[in-house]
Amino acid sequence: MTGPSASSVEFVSVVKRYPGQSDPAIDKLSLKVPAGEICVLVGPSGCGKTTALRLVNRMIELSEGDILIDGVSIRTRPPAELRRQVGYVIQQIGLFPHLTIASNIATVPKLLSWSREKIERRVVELLDLVSLPADLKDRYPAQLSGGQRQRVGVARALAADPPLMLMDEPFGAVDPINRERLQNQFLRLQSEIRKTIVFVTHDIDEAIKMGDRVAVLQKGGKLAQYATPPELLMSPANDFVEDFVGADRALKRLSLLGVRDIDLWKAPLVRAGEPTARAREAMAEAEVPHPLVIDAEGRPVGWLSERDLARDTVPAKPTTSPDPILELEDVLRDALSSLLEHGSLYGPVVDGQGRVIGVLSVDIISDFLASEEAKALAAGPAQRAEA
Amino acid sequence: MLSAEAALTLAQVEIRDRSNASCVAQNKLCPGWIVDNFDRYTGPLTQHIVLTLSSVAIGFVIAFALALVAHRERWLVGPIVGMTGVLYTLPSLAVFFLLLPITGRGTLTAVIALTAYTLQIIFRNIVTGLDGVPLEAKDAGRGMGLTERQLLWRVELPLALPDIVAGLRIASTSTVGLATLAVFAGAGGLGSEIIAGSNITFKTGVVAAGGLALLLALAIDVVLLVVQRLLTPWRRVKPA
Amino acid sequence: MSVAVFGFLSQFGDALDFIVNTREAQTGGVQVGGLDQALDFTWQHLKLSGAAVGLACAIAIPIGLVLGHIGKGELLAITISNVGRAVPSLALIAFFVAYIGVGFTNVMLALILLAIPPILTNTYVGVRQVEPDLIDAGKGMGFTPVQVVRRIELPLAQATIFGGIRTSAVNVVATATIAPLAGVLTLGDYILSANVYGEDGRLAGAILVALLALAVEFAFAGLQRLAAPHGVKVARQLAA
Repeated sequence: MTGPSASSVEFVSVVKRYPGQSDPAIDKLSLKVPAGEICVLVGPSGCGKTTALRLVNRMIELSEGDILIDGVSIRTRPPAELRRQVGYVIQQIGLFPHLTIASNIATVPKLLSWSREKIERRVVELLDLVSLPADLKDRYPAQLSGGQRQRVGVARALAADPPLMLMDEPFGAVDPINRERLQNQFLRLQSEIRKTIVFVTHDIDEAIKMGDRVAVLQKGGKLAQYATPPELLMSPANDFVEDFVGADRALKRLSLLGVRDIDLWKAPLVRAGEPTARAREAMAEAEVPHPLVIDAEGRPVGWLSERDLARDTVPAKPTTSPDPILELEDVLRDALSSLLEHGSLYGPVVDGQGRVIGVLSVDIISDFLASEEAKALAAGPAQRAEA
Repeated sequence: MLSAEAALTLAQVEIRDRSNASCVAQNKLCPGWIVDNFDRYTGPLTQHIVLTLSSVAIGFVIAFALALVAHRERWLVGPIVGMTGVLYTLPSLAVFFLLLPITGRGTLTAVIALTAYTLQIIFRNIVTGLDGVPLEAKDAGRGMGLTERQLLWRVELPLALPDIVAGLRIASTSTVGLATLAVFAGAGGLGSEIIAGSNITFKTGVVAAGGLALLLALAIDVVLLVVQRLLTPWRRVKPA
Repeated sequence: MSVAVFGFLSQFGDALDFIVNTREAQTGGVQVGGLDQALDFTWQHLKLSGAAVGLACAIAIPIGLVLGHIGKGELLAITISNVGRAVPSLALIAFFVAYIGVGFTNVMLALILLAIPPILTNTYVGVRQVEPDLIDAGKGMGFTPVQVVRRIELPLAQATIFGGIRTSAVNVVATATIAPLAGVLTLGDYILSANVYGEDGRLAGAILVALLALAVEFAFAGLQRLAAPHGVKVARQLAA
């Protein structure tokens, strides 16, 4: 598999039976993962998602059916050889305690007999790719924090530039705060390297955030639905999927949209020293009934209060702080979180240079939710009527 | 004629010899005598070192082979521990003479008996060491494409090293002690100086030979410990 | 080959005959061998070993319990264990004979010294391995330190302590084989005084010593299984 930098993966009627058990662990699973996409396998514990993952690199052997990588059956090569072409990241990471970070990362390249210079260059490259300082390469795993070790695990899996990566709850062992950071970093990484990734998680929110496509598995390894996250949220295929996704599907959509995807409101913008009369005028016509003070570069300074408006000119230091200041890059869910946290109905939205381009309000978001809910309710019964 | 200095030196040596002789005659502890007669210990010491090192080395090879087999076929661990346990329990002196009809008197008999004694402790320590390797490291290793053999030699054995060396240290120390009995099998060693030809009341001799054995055990122990530290740099770092 | 095997088997036959029937000594005059003498030596062997191990327990267990309870002296315990293993039993016996003399008590003292390290170390380790939460709970319930030791630490450390006693017993039984050097006639006399008992006697001695050691080991193994507190056994079974 030395072809393209990303491979497609296809499950063809895959069945896995364990001896002594009447029901199969995986029951005729068929799905296609296009090259360069992240496919998330999600489901309750015991649904076979980890089994399905481990079938791909032959850590577990197929009972029936086949798995094709770039159209070639996995059975055609010896397992060890196959695995050297597939990146593998597990929840507990599994760094080798007795090797330095550099040696850990170099594991597969060494198996593939890369030259020493090539390996050294690659190690430095990878540490940079996962945003770790280069001097970490001579340390031992015990000297790294959990989040750092996790990133080394990813680097190690990427070392030989495999066209396919398998990840089994890779962020599961990290605390929730760092998990979100790692997820974001990984998504940024993926946008650069565009590998084909099969990703297992039990967390539907993580599945929706990370996946280009999500496969929801039911107990017994049956595929309940295989769709993009929006489709999953808008049109769950059956009751199980609907339950699993959760009743707050609309709320979940907020993680799929960014501030840039929504129409912002306009607030009257004033500068320090200007007469407040003008501010009061602008207020009457604006969507946001509060003037926002900006500085010379257009950056938000604060909101004007009634007291401020009673004066003649706009003060340099308005009463109310402009926080939370939101960015175009923010996900709607996080933006709503920030607004609620600050107890603020409005938040100025700034561009890359920090200049105000609009205002986000809780109303905008709740309007959006209302429309989404309506769409979802409309879609639901129709879908079920079809099935 | 002798010079004054030479005469003085000769006189001193003679006085020393006489005081040594009288000290020994009174059966006191005579360090002087040990120093002067150290030559008589070099032979037995060498024999002792050879007996110890060869027994531990052969024991290690056998135990290692057994451990590798038991690593694949786990059910063998119990029976092997049992059998090597029997060998451990049998007093070496008895083993020397049980072997006598087969291998006769001499170094071979001694080495066989001493080797048999080391098997259990080395075997158990290798198995314990291999069992202590973190499961996730093995899973990740296999998933990355290491064959079972590569996994064993590049991951499992290095991580098991501390336990293995611990087993070797215990085995060596014990073997040094037991090798003193090798004299009864006709294999020499420091034991021959301890019993000093059936005269085990010779205090100086007993202390000298016994002390040498003790020092030898200590030396081997320290060397092995240093080797282990050198081979396991990752254990010396402070965790995050 | 078959001749050799036959020869070797016949030697064992002769040895067995020695145990059962008396005969005249190689040195002439006295009758040696036979069941009575064998039993007599066996009894001496057991008496010596038992006394040594028993007294060693009386000394080592309390010290181990105290040190383990207060958590101090780990270095001491480890050092004693290492040194104890390194001291050759022959040297120890010879030392005592040379400095203190022959006789039952003197040899017993040497054997006690030999027996202490495994018991002391195992007691210490056994107590240290008791989960701190349990001790905490005991203190919380109002146990005095003595009660903590008696009711919590001792029962839970029992099996490990017993393992130490077992190791000691095997070592002492093995070393008691050379007690004849100190004038106490154990089964080892058959081996050490082969000029009296002949080759048959020597081989018989080796067989008897080996059997005795195995018997002691199995007896202790059985006792050790019984020594685990009932609750711990149940927990173990449930976990398996």
